[in-house]
Amino acid sequence: MENELKVPTMAELFAAGQQPEVLFWVGCAGSFDDRAKKITKAFVKILNKANVSFAVLGTEESCTGDPAKRAGNEFLFQMQAVTNIEVLNAYEVKKVVTACPHCFNTLKNEYPGLGGNYEVVHHTQFLKQLLEEGRISVEGGQFKGKKITFHDPCYLGRANNVYEAPRDLIRKLDAELVEMKNCKKRGLCCGAGGAQMFKEPEKGKKDINVERTEQALETQPDIIAAGCPFCNTMLTDGVKNKEKESSVVVMDIAELIAMAEDL
Amino acid sequence: MDYIPNIIFAIILFGGIVFFASNVKKLTRNIKLGKDVDTSDNKSQRWNNMFRIALGQTKMVVRPIPGILHIIVYLGFIIINIEVLEIIIDGLFGTHRIFSFFGGFYSFLIGSFEILALLVIVAVVIFWIRRNVIKLRRFLNPEMSGWPKKDGNLILYIELVLMVLFLTMNASDYQLQQMEAAHYTKAGAFPVSQFIAPLFQEMSMSAIIMIERTAWWLHIVGILMFLNYLYYSKHLHILLAFPNTYFGKLKPKGQFENLDAVTKEVRLMMDPSADPFAAPDENAPIPEKFGASDVMDLKWVQLLNAYTCTECGRCTSECPASQTGKKLSPRKIMMDTRDRLEEVGRNIDTNKGEFVPDGKQLLGDYISHEELWACTSCNACVEACPVSIDPLSIIMDMRQYLVMEQSAAPSDLNNMMGNIENNGAPWPFNQMDRLNWSKES
Repeated sequence: MENELKVPTMAELFAAGQQPEVLFWVGCAGSFDDRAKKITKAFVKILNKANVSFAVLGTEESCTGDPAKRAGNEFLFQMQAVTNIEVLNAYEVKKVVTACPHCFNTLKNEYPGLGGNYEVVHHTQFLKQLLEEGRISVEGGQFKGKKITFHDPCYLGRANNVYEAPRDLIRKLDAELVEMKNCKKRGLCCGAGGAQMFKEPEKGKKDINVERTEQALETQPDIIAAGCPFCNTMLTDGVKNKEKESSVVVMDIAELIAMAEDL
Repeated sequence: MDYIPNIIFAIILFGGIVFFASNVKKLTRNIKLGKDVDTSDNKSQRWNNMFRIALGQTKMVVRPIPGILHIIVYLGFIIINIEVLEIIIDGLFGTHRIFSFFGGFYSFLIGSFEILALLVIVAVVIFWIRRNVIKLRRFLNPEMSGWPKKDGNLILYIELVLMVLFLTMNASDYQLQQMEAAHYTKAGAFPVSQFIAPLFQEMSMSAIIMIERTAWWLHIVGILMFLNYLYYSKHLHILLAFPNTYFGKLKPKGQFENLDAVTKEVRLMMDPSADPFAAPDENAPIPEKFGASDVMDLKWVQLLNAYTCTECGRCTSECPASQTGKKLSPRKIMMDTRDRLEEVGRNIDTNKGEFVPDGKQLLGDYISHEELWACTSCNACVEACPVSIDPLSIIMDMRQYLVMEQSAAPSDLNNMMGNIENNGAPWPFNQMDRLNWSKES
């Protein structure tokens, strides 16, 4: 029987007069999407193992408003933002970690203008820091000889210039990091950004996720690593489309680290 | 009577500069049709960007072949312009090679201009081959047919002709120096044109003088014409790349601006003490339009972006939507914005300084809904632009207009937004179930 996850909420800690080190912003995908929930759990397992004092908002969390804003609904975005900021400020949140680059970007860049000022980090940055501080250790054994390619999420990479944290973590796994022809600043989008996740694509000759998956498969990887729940979905669909699901898996960096820790 | 050429020269020079100035005036008036935006912040970083990106061409070399060729043409034109200064002084005062008193340094200058001119010719020929023989994909998108294609080639022809005239002028001058013609002082080094000079050996001195003068005049008149061609061409980037990189976005690429007008309304809605039945203030200004449907709704920096675009197509070739055959092309967004702005400008010109509505707008008449909804907001176009143009910001402003003014979002997105509004997630899940994952095994 697996250890049960310890997931304290801000409300519980607040009632007990405690303040966690960091708030884990789970996000909508991380809360509701079956694939993304696995990423959420893997990340929580690592946090539990490292004894990180954290909390989630739970039922008090609501969409950051990112998809509404990118779809052009600034009004809905700001309604969401102002409501979330009220909750975050009431709990005197100082630091936020999230496994979703869209939440990361919105919280970090677009909330300050509306009164929400927090130190916001992506979970790959947070994990890297835990590793550097010796709070987690990674045995790369089971990844030895495996080829991993990393897909840069647009809202982590180009949007916020975070390219190295996820790559540093992959290198720690003793795996061979192979780069796609379009990577880092020139990484190709998975096709989900700008609210595309929630609509059918416009007419064209190909789907973007298939194009990106083809670029990933060119590197002959065993694992396609992602750092975003939406990229994960898009690439997983792409791998299925190319009928490669028996030989290639799409995994989040948090899942790789959790696996390396045997969690 | 000796002064006639000088007077003609002065008239041509004056005319060229006055016409150019009137076009610059029109250009700035059109750019100022855009909404105001404060760009007085972070001066040092802005100067730094301008030096690095525009002057230093750092983003051009991301693609090494066109990047290096472009640097050659760019350096050629900047450096050879020192020669233009001499030509202007000579033309006005009837002197010949006024800077020749520099001696050895003058020889060095003329020598390096010649080598650069030759390199420019080579680069221009390769550019022409890339556009017309190899037919690179980014020069073949639908928006590149017609005038844009002609414009691109015309610029190459003009540059080629100017360089050939420059070398012909020097070659005939060199030949005249050898023949010790009066007025042609021995000055300069001619590492390239000395190989052209033998062509003139058999000719009479007066014929060579004729060639030298013709080349000299055509060269300077050509440069003045080229200067005035800029306003009608994509080639404006040679000037506007500098202000455009200065005024470029400094914030993280993922940070989209929060609309102040919306913030005011949201605060009012959330304010428990606000009176929901309050009569509207009769003197209140008409509320601002949300988002953009025409060029006047955009900010002036976005309009400057449009004039700066030189249609290289790096944005479009990096765009995931364009790569997979969707209608969206970020370059077309910029070209459409410029073309519509020009149309509005001409409207103002013909209507004595006042814009008379013409029943057209940027949205719909130039840019279709389909193009706007194909964008993934991935910032690849913004990253690719060598002169800091931001097509994404225009796409987002127009989406805002579609959604907030016209409720014209695709139905899937309306569902998504309805879900966020009702249950705080883009999918129809209950907010009370947000923590269920922690109890599932």
